[in-house]
Amino acid sequence: MERIPILRMGELLLVTIQVDMQDQMAMRLQDDLTNAISKFGAKGVLIDISALEMVDSFIGRMISDIAGMARILDATTVLVGMQPAVAITLVELGLSLPGIATALNVERGMALLRRKV
Amino acid sequence: MSDTLGEAPLRSEYDIVLARQLVRRQTQLLGFSLVDQTKMVTAASELARNAYVYGGGGSMRWELVDDGLRRGLKLTFTDAGPGIPDTEAALTDGWSSGSGLGMGLSGARRLVNHFELDSRVGEGTRVSITRWK
Repeated sequence: MERIPILRMGELLLVTIQVDMQDQMAMRLQDDLTNAISKFGAKGVLIDISALEMVDSFIGRMISDIAGMARILDATTVLVGMQPAVAITLVELGLSLPGIATALNVERGMALLRRKV
Repeated sequence: MSDTLGEAPLRSEYDIVLARQLVRRQTQLLGFSLVDQTKMVTAASELARNAYVYGGGGSMRWELVDDGLRRGLKLTFTDAGPGIPDTEAALTDGWSSGSGLGMGLSGARRLVNHFELDSRVGEGTRVSITRWK
């Protein structure tokens, strides 16, 4: 199955989700990312979902879980680039992703992460 | 002439992705706004996953509907799974039969104009949703 690449930039990890993910792919990303945080001692994770046209409860939970696991591993997660239509739908669905730092785009997300780590 | 109804299987995880794409395409053809497309696609994703994961697989039937004033898309998800004993409880936020968040059914209902849940224990579950343009 296709894998979502994780880029390493010093103490930060960068993930750009550009495909309509199957559930297994989302689960694998969760595994890969937590392993990468541990292996590289990463202090921050930036997840760019600007290409995602939909976030349902499964993907929402995956993002929440990643942020939670990263926190336990002493890394901060910032979610960036959510499309407005996706944000509107997600809140109506009942998910507001509490406890996850967000930023409008990659640039602001990187600035936020650099301040935090 | 394009089709006005059809059926897609929900027998693998990839079928859930295909179902989302089918609903996206149909809502685009109907001229739904981007937000309305996204709501319908997200509701379809929740229900398709329920049919596959909890219902052991099933199908999604889609149909272009017209009530004389407006046009819309109706989706019916059917599975032959264990069914839901208490459908009223199943429609409350946080209710979960499995490992999910419990937002699937109740959340999907909020994203559409019409929602109908029919489930019989031991026989299966059918959920119909409609969203108007």
